[in-house]
Amino acid sequence: MRFSEAWLRELVNPPLSTAQLLEQLTMAGLEVDSVAPVAGEFSGVVVAEVLSLSPHPQADRLRVCQVAAGLAEPLTIVCGAANVAVGMKAPLALEGGVMPDGTKITKSALRGVASFGMLCSAKELGFEDGQDGLLALPAEAQVGADLRDYLQLNDVMVEVDLTPNRADCLSVEGIAREVALLNGIDRMPPSFKATEVTQADTIPVTVDAPGDCPRYLGRLIKQVDRNAATPLWMRERLRRSGLRSLGPLVDITNYVLLELGQPLHAFDVAKLNGGIHVRLGTLGETLTLLNGQEIALAEDVLVIADDKRPLALAGIMGGADSAIGEGTTDIFLECAFFTPTAIMGKARRYGLSTDSSHRFERGVDPQLQYRAIERASQLVLEIAGGQAGPIVESSSDAHLPTRSTILLRESRVEKMLGLRIDRELVAGLLQRLGLAVEELADGWRVTPPGFRFDLAIEADLIEEIGRVYGYNNIPKRNPATHMELHAVSEALLDVERVKDILVDRGYQEAITYSFVEPGMQAKIEPELEAIALRNPISSDMAVMRTGLWTGLLDAALKNLNRQQNRVRLFEAGLRFTRSEGEIVQKKSFASLALGSVREEQWGEQSRPVDFFDIKSDVEAILRLAGHENSTSFVSNKHPALHPGQSAEMLLDGQHLGWLGMLHPKLEKELGFETRVFLFELDQNQLLKRNIPAFKALSKFPQVRRDIAIIVEEHVTAADLSPFAQSVSQLIRQVLVFDVYQGTGIENGKKSVALGLVLQDDDETLTDARVDNVLALVLKGLEERFNATLRK
Amino acid sequence: MDDILKQARQQLAAAESLADLDQIRVNYIGKKGVFTERMKELGKLPPEQRREAGQAINLSRDGFQSALEERKLWLEERELETRLASEAIDVSLPGRGQGGGGLHPVTLTLRRICKLFGNVGFEVVEGPEIEDDYHNFEALNIPASHPARAMHDTFYFDEHTLLRTHTSPVQVRVMESRNAPLRIIAPGRVYRCDSDLTHTPMFHQVEGFLVDETVSFADLKGILYEFLRLFFEKDIQVRFRPSYFPFTEPSAEVDIECVICGGVGCRVCKKSGWLEVMGCGMIHPKVFNHVDIDPERWSGFAFGLGVERMAMLRYGINDLRLFFENDLRFLHQFRVS
Repeated sequence: MRFSEAWLRELVNPPLSTAQLLEQLTMAGLEVDSVAPVAGEFSGVVVAEVLSLSPHPQADRLRVCQVAAGLAEPLTIVCGAANVAVGMKAPLALEGGVMPDGTKITKSALRGVASFGMLCSAKELGFEDGQDGLLALPAEAQVGADLRDYLQLNDVMVEVDLTPNRADCLSVEGIAREVALLNGIDRMPPSFKATEVTQADTIPVTVDAPGDCPRYLGRLIKQVDRNAATPLWMRERLRRSGLRSLGPLVDITNYVLLELGQPLHAFDVAKLNGGIHVRLGTLGETLTLLNGQEIALAEDVLVIADDKRPLALAGIMGGADSAIGEGTTDIFLECAFFTPTAIMGKARRYGLSTDSSHRFERGVDPQLQYRAIERASQLVLEIAGGQAGPIVESSSDAHLPTRSTILLRESRVEKMLGLRIDRELVAGLLQRLGLAVEELADGWRVTPPGFRFDLAIEADLIEEIGRVYGYNNIPKRNPATHMELHAVSEALLDVERVKDILVDRGYQEAITYSFVEPGMQAKIEPELEAIALRNPISSDMAVMRTGLWTGLLDAALKNLNRQQNRVRLFEAGLRFTRSEGEIVQKKSFASLALGSVREEQWGEQSRPVDFFDIKSDVEAILRLAGHENSTSFVSNKHPALHPGQSAEMLLDGQHLGWLGMLHPKLEKELGFETRVFLFELDQNQLLKRNIPAFKALSKFPQVRRDIAIIVEEHVTAADLSPFAQSVSQLIRQVLVFDVYQGTGIENGKKSVALGLVLQDDDETLTDARVDNVLALVLKGLEERFNATLRK
Repeated sequence: MDDILKQARQQLAAAESLADLDQIRVNYIGKKGVFTERMKELGKLPPEQRREAGQAINLSRDGFQSALEERKLWLEERELETRLASEAIDVSLPGRGQGGGGLHPVTLTLRRICKLFGNVGFEVVEGPEIEDDYHNFEALNIPASHPARAMHDTFYFDEHTLLRTHTSPVQVRVMESRNAPLRIIAPGRVYRCDSDLTHTPMFHQVEGFLVDETVSFADLKGILYEFLRLFFEKDIQVRFRPSYFPFTEPSAEVDIECVICGGVGCRVCKKSGWLEVMGCGMIHPKVFNHVDIDPERWSGFAFGLGVERMAMLRYGINDLRLFFENDLRFLHQFRVS
């Protein structure tokens, strides 16, 4: 809602400076969003009248004017404006005046003719949206008057950001009501007389949907002057409220909307067929709106129609076919109350948002229509003349909103606000708010006024009391609450700890969008069905991520483009998939690494990161939850990963995640010129932690024996170690400490060095027992894996 | 004997290594060394000379040994000095190994917020990001065509399924499944279909709420006031400005004195000297009714804050869009964690 301070002050004028007034509005919940002067800073500009014109001897485009400016003698002014005319009144910047751009007006010669000032356009005077061409002032403007005073230009345009509950403030009168209340002063409502009825014709009005339109007032005004122009004062008020002048009749309805908050509509009677009907639309009907948009009506959309066709979208926008235009002489003024539920959501459905729908869907005072139609009629007659007919009314008392009484308990006010407010003060506040107040033993019974749609329950009143009393006058207190311990599960690892360990290992946390580009994601996880947004913000953010790699890969690519050639990122967040039609949202943890294994540093050969570097990061994470021995890394294929360098991770046989190198095909397709390693872990699995269980320490020394065996190259470390360990309970640990292929080893085979750590709980191991176990291990490896001892 | 000693001393003085020294030691006091041989020959002397001659040999041998020891110490000292000189390094060279990474500023901020509230017993709860219309709107007193829906530019999957536009649905979910009293904080991602200089289609919020028997607006003011001062570690001005949210009443917007200009007025605070940082209010009785909590017995407050905004003000970040570009040059600035 935008309005001019001067207009507001005409209705209520508290003894506050502009800054104080705006601060007061903000702190009452009418947040002032912006303040701007209505015109530029200028001085020395007066109302002047053009007395005569003569051509400029040297320039066709310029004219030499004699101008009265309230001085002893007329001034000679050279003017280039196209609309300059004899008898015209316009602003004149006198010698010594200063323009908004800082230019000082001096006597100067223009192509050889001396000019003693400058006739000005609205644009030159710094009016927002000001036009070129001299600003035409009304004929009654007093020559010589200071323009700033005459046009009240020492005024500001105030934009308040109103919350949806405060429909009552969507008018200058509404704001004035609020200012009067906050300052405890009276206001001066706009004054006007009832219109004199000078002709008897009417247009019949039938309301078929009284539930949606409980009140409809109309008035026929005949023979309005088609050449009438909107007076400057009204144009200025509209301009200062952010509306452009669109001809006197539209300007008048807009003016009343701004002044009182009541939307009105004017139909061109010549374009109507019979009477007015307020009814719901029917399927198949169409309507071309004022903005040229053609809409298809539906059965829940309220329209204003004549006997033949729909004319307007009720409460939202008029139709093009019945609109007033240049040839209009007879008009039918509509001033109705539409219920908020009839209008809510309809404008949005058609992609519209109008000043009218904005007010109706939030609630217009159902008593306002009589005043508003009288105000509009009066302005029409004043500005465009014509003969007004009687008001036709169709109202349904049964459907008009009734204000039920609300009980307000004194104890409740104290409980919710946390302070006791004096009884009389509360009652006074309620009365100032326009409520009818009845005193009760423990509180009040109140009835809110028609313009406060938002006051319906006790809590609404408590909010109003707090708001007008002033939130900043309510004390600060520390809550007294029940003290309670909360469960802290030791069997659950905090994901923040997982983040920390990766940070310590050189990774940077990323946060990528949860929606991704569908094409890229389909390449990475082609088997998963992505959940598509119905209204994505852009095509590259159209589907929900099925995993975290898409976002990380995208972030890595962007960083490579910014010359960051070593990237290590991780992210924790949800992945979204569909399973049997149901949306599944699972917490995931993923990471990406590319470039050198360490940051470039002196004294160390740089090498690119590889599978086992990343695996060690994964293992570090697994150790946090005690999963290092219960996780198996199984060679398995993933569409995004290199088939020879990808592992599915299983935790106690359950899927935990994937680890591997980005498939070279994808590497190329996505535009990487370097190898990329990725892992992703399911948080629900990962964060389940084993609680440590103590085992007694052995008092006897441990013995280590190393063996090197030769096996087929496909035999994995994961096959060998657990098997070797299972041979005897004396074997406490099996380490793989070397893997070798090459000279001395037959093709297709490899040498694996195992370190066996043996210990007994009951006695010191003898060499004989150790040798015995070793022989069993070798025999077992031979039988199971066809392993031979490397000589 | 003096000549022998003199000669030995010359040899010792010429010795340049511990090995040379050892050879000289063998030559003089080894099994067949000069002094050893002389001692063996003592028996051949007449008995009356033996004592004197023996003393002379012993004297010379002691002299030799102390000279040997002295030379040895000197050589060792010299060797150490050589080693120290050769092992000197440029200690200003950087250490080697894996450098550290860092947390995202949103995480740093979230941790801080959760810790401040966690310290007084608020429990962290999370909720789904794909929500249903009921939890995101209906149960929060925002029915289908309510004008407040226009304030939330919502991403939809179908008519009833959407990306949550705020973290408030977690409030509903917790109150549906648990009994009062409640002290909850719910951080997470939220989504709005809006993208420009000051809006990203995804951002983070923290929802907090407290339900108990005597919770009032004064308590809400008290806790948020303390929170903001502790978060910014500054004695800043805080004001509560009336506002409107369908799920709280009374509702307020919380402004802090602009931390950029100190309240004088600047570009960031649009010359007002104040910055809006949170929305809050007393939980609306209709919300309590939706979750079967008796609003006559229980009262509660709720608040929501934008995490990116808090991070921007805390760290002086001037562009919201940087948060999700994941530019390492940006992220690396937050390595201190």
